[in-house]
Amino acid sequence: MSKDDDRSPPLDLRGADIAESSSKTRNCVTGSGHVTGMNPMEFQAPYPDQVLENVLENVLQFLTSRRDRNAASLVCKSWCRVEALTRSELFIGNCYSVSPKRATARFSRVRAVAIKGRPRFADFNLMPPEWGAHFKPWVAALGSAYPWLEKVYLKRMSVTDEDLKHLAEYFPSFKELVLVCCDGFGTRGLAVIAKKCRQLRVLDLIESEVADSDMDWIGEFPESGITCLESLIFDCVESPINFEALERLVVRSPSLKKLRLNRFVSIGQLYRLMVRAPQLTHLGTGSFSLAEGVAHGDQEPDYESAFAACKSLVCLSGFREIATDYLSAIYAVCANLTSLNLSYANINAEQLKTVIFHCHKLQTFWVLDTICDEGLQAAAATCKDLRELRVFPIDAREDSEGPVSEVGLQAISEGCRKLQSILYFCQHMTNAAVIAMSNNCPDLEVFRLCIMGRHRPDHLTGQPMDEGFGAIVKNCKKLTRLAVSGLLTDQAFSYIGRYGKLVRTLSVAFAGNSDRGLKYVLEGCPRLQKLEIRDSPFGDEALRSGLHHYYNMRFLWMSSCSLSPQGCREIARALPRLVVEVIKDEAEVNRGECEEHIDDAFDILYMYRSLEGPRDDAPHFVQEHSKQKQGIGLSNIVLLIIYPSMKRWRFGLEELEVQNGEFTKFSSMPPVEKQELAFTREKKKNLVCLF
Amino acid sequence: MPPDTLSDSPESDVTSAMTFKDTELTLGIPGEPTRSPAGKFCTKRGFIETVDLNLGTSTSKPRGKAHADEVDDKSDDAVSGACKSTASKTQVVGWPPVRSYRKKALESCKYVKVAVDGAPYLRKVDLETYNSYQELLMALEKMFTCFKIRGNYLGESKVVDPMKEMEYVPTYEDKDGDWMLVGDVPWKMFIESCKRIRLMKSSEAVGLAPRTPPRCTTTT
Repeated sequence: MSKDDDRSPPLDLRGADIAESSSKTRNCVTGSGHVTGMNPMEFQAPYPDQVLENVLENVLQFLTSRRDRNAASLVCKSWCRVEALTRSELFIGNCYSVSPKRATARFSRVRAVAIKGRPRFADFNLMPPEWGAHFKPWVAALGSAYPWLEKVYLKRMSVTDEDLKHLAEYFPSFKELVLVCCDGFGTRGLAVIAKKCRQLRVLDLIESEVADSDMDWIGEFPESGITCLESLIFDCVESPINFEALERLVVRSPSLKKLRLNRFVSIGQLYRLMVRAPQLTHLGTGSFSLAEGVAHGDQEPDYESAFAACKSLVCLSGFREIATDYLSAIYAVCANLTSLNLSYANINAEQLKTVIFHCHKLQTFWVLDTICDEGLQAAAATCKDLRELRVFPIDAREDSEGPVSEVGLQAISEGCRKLQSILYFCQHMTNAAVIAMSNNCPDLEVFRLCIMGRHRPDHLTGQPMDEGFGAIVKNCKKLTRLAVSGLLTDQAFSYIGRYGKLVRTLSVAFAGNSDRGLKYVLEGCPRLQKLEIRDSPFGDEALRSGLHHYYNMRFLWMSSCSLSPQGCREIARALPRLVVEVIKDEAEVNRGECEEHIDDAFDILYMYRSLEGPRDDAPHFVQEHSKQKQGIGLSNIVLLIIYPSMKRWRFGLEELEVQNGEFTKFSSMPPVEKQELAFTREKKKNLVCLF
Repeated sequence: MPPDTLSDSPESDVTSAMTFKDTELTLGIPGEPTRSPAGKFCTKRGFIETVDLNLGTSTSKPRGKAHADEVDDKSDDAVSGACKSTASKTQVVGWPPVRSYRKKALESCKYVKVAVDGAPYLRKVDLETYNSYQELLMALEKMFTCFKIRGNYLGESKVVDPMKEMEYVPTYEDKDGDWMLVGDVPWKMFIESCKRIRLMKSSEAVGLAPRTPPRCTTTT
């Protein structure tokens, strides 16, 4: 196993440039502050480590899992270095945990970057829109560090048209752009991407907000020649597109496999595209209804044969304004479908049955609750291979009708034994059904149940939903993600802490009785990485109980809980590498509606580990309680300045205070003769030496 | 701060408890300032969201007596206390947790077909985009007096003879399948129950139309 740099070089003279790079690593600042230069007369031959590093490089290239890579990088400095050289996919789970500069400095050969920004609860209007997560600083750094960059994946980031323009300009080999739940850009930015990225294979816009800048971005794709386009997903774009240009584009894209249209594409237009692209594997059907002003007539195209011609179709979605008369057109492909997304289609149980009856191979099924329990029963009867189910509410309010219930859940649990992931919105639920699912579906990894009425108990027994969720964590041994709802006491959290040993993501809302609840979780779940809590009675004491764990988490979100500013400050003081953001609802403060409003009361606590300290782009409503400032991490710095003089050393002591990255206090002692300086223990800790 | 929507009235039947006022959706911040004793339980208004939803009463008693010993009594009081102050207008931001993108997309399921007697083509309107009968009728008028299909969709343009407003009566079919006169029920209720609209020749609308002709603004 290679050690650090200070080994003597071997006799192998191969690779003088390797020696060069190894000597560079010697020019480091050691703890005592010596900056050692290299005497140019000294010869640095490559040493045994270097050979090993070459071998290592060749081996590590095959390591793809980033968890494995992270582990490998911790072995020793040499492995860290080589791993960094061979990592081609960079994943940043929290854009503020590390700066673009630091990330690009460590990893020099990255070809694909994935960055995630805002926390998930921001999707539900719980966070002010200008909070942050800007792509801008990243695009600049990536541009200079990785001119060969091919892929960018962003989730919950703010991306501007300007950023997209830079993407197109900086990266001539750019191939894939995937934007999930992003905002800040519009069709103008898309136009630049379409126009300039000649190697573009993938342009996927998923649930992103795209401003309508009235630009024909589809028309900006090159007009002639074959494109390398493989995937074009724009179902979230809420503005009309130039259909003729799209049609021409599809004709020129023989590699196109995934095409998801937006709702401005009518079924007639869909037909025209399908006959030109029968090789499609993933299709989003757009509106799936007639264009405005067109009536049902005899001259209609043969939709059924168009679908039948798509022999490779495995994934179907869209149906944004479904005209149910046309649903029968898809029967031909149902037998091959592994994924069906009807979650924007307002169809009833009968209509669903006609479709689902054919879908024997279905693994992923997203649907609206308009299909009722009856529809779910039909799905359970046919889709024996189902892995992922999501049932969305047509009417997302607490007192809406609730067409699905425990009956549907029970049916699914009995019919779909291989279920791995479920998201289920309902009004009424029972512990019995949830327990049944825990027993019938042992492969469950993701269990997200949303009983829409807050604090709602088991509607048959009147009991809290503790036992149901308890059974889930107990029986589903592979569970990594859990979202709870309904009436829940601390007991539920006791179960989670006791049995949820693999849980990485936990979402809690309107649940629990006391600090004990959160304590159970923080003390019991060693793998917990993402914890989001709202409107639950957890306070400072509970927050403290997670101190041992927060550095291992990606983030903690707590809003409308029982925390106090002091509690948050305490955490910040105890954990310098944690950024502790508290966010106020300024709108309420301004309206003066909170009479008992304490000055620094707040709504949201959002904290995350970071190597950079508090971010510099925080808007005014975000207050940072972090101790660490601007990378130095110390607020009192004592500089030992040695003034070399002819005959003796002189020492100088400067005391600085750093707040918010600025020097605020400066006092100096007069230079003294070389003598014992009695530092206080505190000052010794902060000693930084400079020459 | 707006409180929880927990109601004190136990096991009340949802439909009987709701009056029209209760079902009214309004835009804007809740007018009633509320106390928040504990301060922390209560739900917050969001940063963007301003729609005031009346969330009504839940059908089952939220905190059953059976598990009273488990429940923290203090918090129970705080919640029920806060509830007492606002009977109907409450609002929870971001709950249920459905993304606004999806909510908006599903809202546009309020498309209804509009047929005009004598015209071979149907139109579709999104009722959600209008706030009153006046707006809807004006839009329909516009739609049928100068009826052109946009060139970039079909590449053709058709024109239908302008209709004389006086001769047509707007009617609609409701959830129960009955044909009603547009304007009979409050606007919000109309949106909820309207399945499709038909502009009927007034000579046919004998059973529905009142003596006085419907509102009309312009002709051709």
